[in-house]
Amino acid sequence: MIVELGHYALVLALILALAGGTLPFWGALRGDERLMTIASTTSIAQFVFVAMSFGALTYAYVVSDFSVQNVVENSHTLKPLLYKISGVWGNHEGSMLLWALILVLFGGLVALFSDNLPLKLKALVLAVQSWISAAFLLFILVASNPFLRLNPAPFQGRDLNPVLQDVGLAIHPPLLYLGYVGCSISFAFAIAALIDGRIDAAWARWVRPWTLAAWCFLTLGIAMGSYWAYYELGWGGWWFWDPVENASFMPWLAATALLHSAIVMEKREALKIWTILLAILTFSLSLLGTFLVRSGVLTSVHAFATDPTRGIFILCILCVFIGGAFSLFAARAGTLSQGGLFAPISREGALVLNNLLLTAACATVLVGTLYPLALEAITGEKISVGAPFFDMTFGPMMVPLLIAVPFGPMLAWKRGDIVAAGQRLLFAFGAAMAVMIVGLALMGTPSALALFGVALAVWLMVGALSEIAFRIKLGRASLAESWRRGAGLPRSAWGTMVAHFGVGVTVLGVIGATAWQSETIASLKPGQSMTIDGRTLTMDGFVPISGGTFTGTGVRFSVREGGNLVAVLEPEKRIYTVQNMPTTESAIKTFGFSQLYVSVGDIAADGSTVVRVYWKTLVALIWLGSLIMTAGGVLSLSDRRLRVGAPKPARRSLAIPAE
Amino acid sequence: MLLWIAMAVLTVAASLAVLIPLGRPTRATSANAGAARSIYRDQLDELARDRERGLIGEGEAEAARIEISRRLLNSDAAGSGTPSAPQAYRIERLIAVVAIPLIAIGAYLYVGSPLLPDSPFASRQAQESGQGGVDELIAKVEAHLAANPEDGRGWEILSPIYMRLGRYDDAVRALGNAKRLLGSTAERESLYGEALTRASGDVVTEDARAAFDKALKFDPDEPRARFYLALSLGQSGSKDEAIAAWNALIATTPADAPWLASARAELAKLQPTSTVPPDAPGAPAAPGPTAEDVAAAAEQSPVEREQMINGMVAGLAAKLEADPTDTTGWERLFRAYMVLGRTDDAKASLARARNQLIEKPDLLAVVEKSAHDIGIGKD
Repeated sequence: MIVELGHYALVLALILALAGGTLPFWGALRGDERLMTIASTTSIAQFVFVAMSFGALTYAYVVSDFSVQNVVENSHTLKPLLYKISGVWGNHEGSMLLWALILVLFGGLVALFSDNLPLKLKALVLAVQSWISAAFLLFILVASNPFLRLNPAPFQGRDLNPVLQDVGLAIHPPLLYLGYVGCSISFAFAIAALIDGRIDAAWARWVRPWTLAAWCFLTLGIAMGSYWAYYELGWGGWWFWDPVENASFMPWLAATALLHSAIVMEKREALKIWTILLAILTFSLSLLGTFLVRSGVLTSVHAFATDPTRGIFILCILCVFIGGAFSLFAARAGTLSQGGLFAPISREGALVLNNLLLTAACATVLVGTLYPLALEAITGEKISVGAPFFDMTFGPMMVPLLIAVPFGPMLAWKRGDIVAAGQRLLFAFGAAMAVMIVGLALMGTPSALALFGVALAVWLMVGALSEIAFRIKLGRASLAESWRRGAGLPRSAWGTMVAHFGVGVTVLGVIGATAWQSETIASLKPGQSMTIDGRTLTMDGFVPISGGTFTGTGVRFSVREGGNLVAVLEPEKRIYTVQNMPTTESAIKTFGFSQLYVSVGDIAADGSTVVRVYWKTLVALIWLGSLIMTAGGVLSLSDRRLRVGAPKPARRSLAIPAE
Repeated sequence: MLLWIAMAVLTVAASLAVLIPLGRPTRATSANAGAARSIYRDQLDELARDRERGLIGEGEAEAARIEISRRLLNSDAAGSGTPSAPQAYRIERLIAVVAIPLIAIGAYLYVGSPLLPDSPFASRQAQESGQGGVDELIAKVEAHLAANPEDGRGWEILSPIYMRLGRYDDAVRALGNAKRLLGSTAERESLYGEALTRASGDVVTEDARAAFDKALKFDPDEPRARFYLALSLGQSGSKDEAIAAWNALIATTPADAPWLASARAELAKLQPTSTVPPDAPGAPAAPGPTAEDVAAAAEQSPVEREQMINGMVAGLAAKLEADPTDTTGWERLFRAYMVLGRTDDAKASLARARNQLIEKPDLLAVVEKSAHDIGIGKD
């Protein structure tokens, strides 16, 4: 009964999404307030129904109800409870239901917590959100229904895939979806503004926190996926420019741009049209990401849906929403009122530069991801666009952006003084130069490029700190005065500092792990040793392991540095006995921010084993930086003040129109 | 019943989600401009607070104040919507009360299975234990094997059941485990190869071929391995070799072997000019060349065929020299000689069998009987 009730709740949610997409819309056009308030009640009801539905499916997984086909295909009574639950979204149908759940969750939140939003805007936003939910709920019911039943029910489920039994993989999709789907809110706001024909202060007041929240989730989700690939797949790589990774990276780049332009919008009411375009673009890229992953057009380890009808359905959703949004944009953008004015060198100008570089970078990723698909579709030729392409296109675009980052917060609104900003950054510049010169002296010219990267990272980190130091007058006023100023500083300012510092940390990790990693492969027998980066690994021997569903062999290594034992590592070869499936578990030991990564290949009869060892310089900083960025986002999100940019009064320079 | 009641409750809730706002009196209108104005006013307050805390300079604060005031004036100019006139909302109410329940129930009945109750694993175990359905037995054995994955016998027992149920991937796994734990034999290898073949849609894959080759190393006559290797030759396009292999297999196959008909059908498929339909029931029991054999002979190089068959027969004869107790081996050898028309050799081999089995009359009796059935020494 519970399962069928969940199924029925899903149908009701679809019907309510249709009602909530049409009646309030009609009301908004007629100026009828009662019809407009339907948007709120139906949005909340949609959330309740989809949540019931999701709960029912989760129940079916927890009790292993094999009369549900989805449970049969993706679960097994022997799975640990945690992985039974994560199995709900570990498959195509369930993950689409999770997607829909998050979609209506955001709709419900807007309905509940937006009393100061103009009624008409709220009705239109929720109506657009309802259209999106209607499309996805219809897709679930028609093309990927998780509630299909089997009678008679099989006695056992089919899936116990050990690779998918992983905590990282259990958390990764919900985080990523919170990010993807969070972008739908700014999209709904943008469409509502276009339909309504005007954008006011409330618009920007609302778009920014939603975008910020979505961005935080996206950042965490991407970082988590990257770390999962790093430790689980055993290749020691942390980013592969895999189309599925790109699919989540593109919305992130666009959301980062949107985040910054929404600041301009909120504080200065400038860049209105551009912000709307970015909001549409960000959600379009999220939809595109969903399409790429879910349709199975990619031949990638991640793509687990291969049914073409689903792909075509999602493609239709994609065309309707993206095509519709851009047509609406083309038709209505001109009617929106122009915003504030600013000079090219100003906080706004810096943010425009940020936006241009981020969107251009996003475009290169898009080309690199879609070009092989298009080529294959047209000529049948399969090519792979990998790291070299992105190194040559994406990399150079990031360098000027990263150089510009510390300048942005130093410039005043409306018209800034670049010389003064430069002076305040002198210390950061000096620190970067010092690192570069000392590095060159120690390592010589071959590492010049890598050292430039390190200097860039130092510039970002010290630059972020200098901004705060300047604002609290560190060193220019008494410590007590600085402390008082620091405490009084809005949390969003601290958020900016923390997030920009996090960018520097990630850059440092990327440079270190790329330029100074070393890799050794050797075939060892027990007792033999190998050296990597000044450390000696001795293979001590084999340790039998077993843990419930698997048995296997651990290979024990002692790591010695100058004769002293510093670590014992035990990478494993496991065999999951029920499936007879071998897996490799790498062993990682962190030294400071660097990691020693060991994974073993097949063990021959005479005990000789292929051992792969990586020394990953500063690699942990990549994910640490992402966490810091997220923390900056959360800090900024917690700042619920209203934002007003205090423009600098005009002296001589001429202001130019914003758009 | 409970389901229908619960569904009714949900439906009412859904209708109410549309009905309630229609009946609720609306607050004072012009909320539109009001909300925007309240934001600007909040912004002005915020600005004043910032100024007090000394976060921004006086000049900046003044400029910001001017800007916000400008926006505030603009929002007033934008005006507000007209209050909605009281209406009956007949269509909207109809949608809520009639359309939503009807469409929802209709759509649900189309996609759902309302009559199928939940069947959580735990309650099913309690219900069905003792009734002994095949599914349950399998599940029991599977559970046992999950706890004792080193039980090779268990895997071996399970594998034919998987094969019969069409769960070929599981069969591959089970046989792989059986092989690993109980050791490799001709039969296990060839069964494993068969499971691999069935799992990949009856295509003899590289892995399967390796398994069959291994099986033949243990026992060159293992019929299952020979059958699938012949099939693989046909699939890889080596038509002549395939035909030779099929003929050799058929020649050494007992007349009542269950795979004989399939072997003949496969052979016939390789010979498009054959006039015999693939599933024609040849006279399997008849000694001597069958219609297919004759047709086959026309298709292939006689020298090749001769060589291949003779090689196999010689191998069998040599094996029987070493181990004369293999009665089915003797039977196969007799049949082969008779099929090849070498009746003298058949008689000679019968004499040899009598000679070697002189001390084992029970085995000799079996051999005598098959020789008699095949028709040796009747003259």
